[in-house]
Amino acid sequence: MTEGSLITDVRELSSRASVIDLKGDVTASAEKALADAYTRASGKFTRTIVLNFSGLEYMNSGGIGMLVTLLVRANRQRQRLVAFGLNEHYRQIFELTRLDEAIGIFDSEAEAYADADAP
Amino acid sequence: MDSQPRDAAYWAKNVTTLKLGQVPAEAVNLNVTGRRVVGPVQGFGKMWQKTMRVTLAGAEVTPAEVIKTWKAEFQRFWPARNWFYAPLEGIAPGEVALLNLNLPGRMRLSTGVLVLYADDESFTLMTPEGHMLAGWITFSAERDGDATVVQIQALERTNDPLYELGYVLGGNRLNSRFWIQTAENLARHLGVADPEVDAQVVCVDRRRQWRRAGNLSKNAAVRTFVWTLGAPVRWARGLLLRRGAGDP
Repeated sequence: MTEGSLITDVRELSSRASVIDLKGDVTASAEKALADAYTRASGKFTRTIVLNFSGLEYMNSGGIGMLVTLLVRANRQRQRLVAFGLNEHYRQIFELTRLDEAIGIFDSEAEAYADADAP
Repeated sequence: MDSQPRDAAYWAKNVTTLKLGQVPAEAVNLNVTGRRVVGPVQGFGKMWQKTMRVTLAGAEVTPAEVIKTWKAEFQRFWPARNWFYAPLEGIAPGEVALLNLNLPGRMRLSTGVLVLYADDESFTLMTPEGHMLAGWITFSAERDGDATVVQIQALERTNDPLYELGYVLGGNRLNSRFWIQTAENLARHLGVADPEVDAQVVCVDRRRQWRRAGNLSKNAAVRTFVWTLGAPVRWARGLLLRRGAGDP
């Protein structure tokens, strides 16, 4: 699905975890695309939503704000948000904004999946 | 992808604690140096998203021109008796500004902000520990049809239970009013005679984060209040020291 310049794709890792692949720009104008992707990723038994940032090309402060509201939505559903695929620059932004204290960051999908599937 | 992303120049570099440069003599600097920044995740109170938009109808200005003016004269558009001491380098990523604000009950608040993000059409300020709010506020301008639209958008929680109480007792409304007035002042400066600000205040998260109640220990308003009470003592001590040194 494309909204603005963000393309999202949803994959189910297991009944308890889904991945949202993000490609393009994460800005406030991508709010609908991300919200729709979250709805598709969020099943009855989903406990972890994994965000794949390896296709991330641009992010501004509006995009960070959107991730915070997504986090609130996930927490309300008793779900965890985790992420992988962040390059050094975006890792630093997560640390600077202290979003990394609420969204677990992993080096690879395999590590994120292992964490997501842990009891 | 290891090459520098397009947004690399717009973000502050990762800083662990804030450092202030030169501060004007009249500014009170109590609660900035050594503090960490805090986002909505670290705050205590309900989470709010406030969006104030004003259309610059009839004003021939581009979004980039609006933001250039706003960055250069940020203090000018604030409601009276509140002070924003801009960094020497101006509003640029990683710079820290000092704020002296008036709170209800004649209380003062000495705090600051980090310029988290700044490009040609927007900039974002993030608050430090002890500030009334934990979060960030983005000032932006964009083209909508034939007109330029200015937007102020905050995503915030109060930082601790004392601030939350103040917010419930009217602080929330006053804070919204502050940014509506700012938008009006900017629009008037840019040539809009009678600006109409569209304000939307949405509670994003109704839950209070009680595990963050300990943020109270860094409350900048309490620290500023105690500092103000100590002014006569500091004055008397300074006088004695000067007399002891033989100054007239």
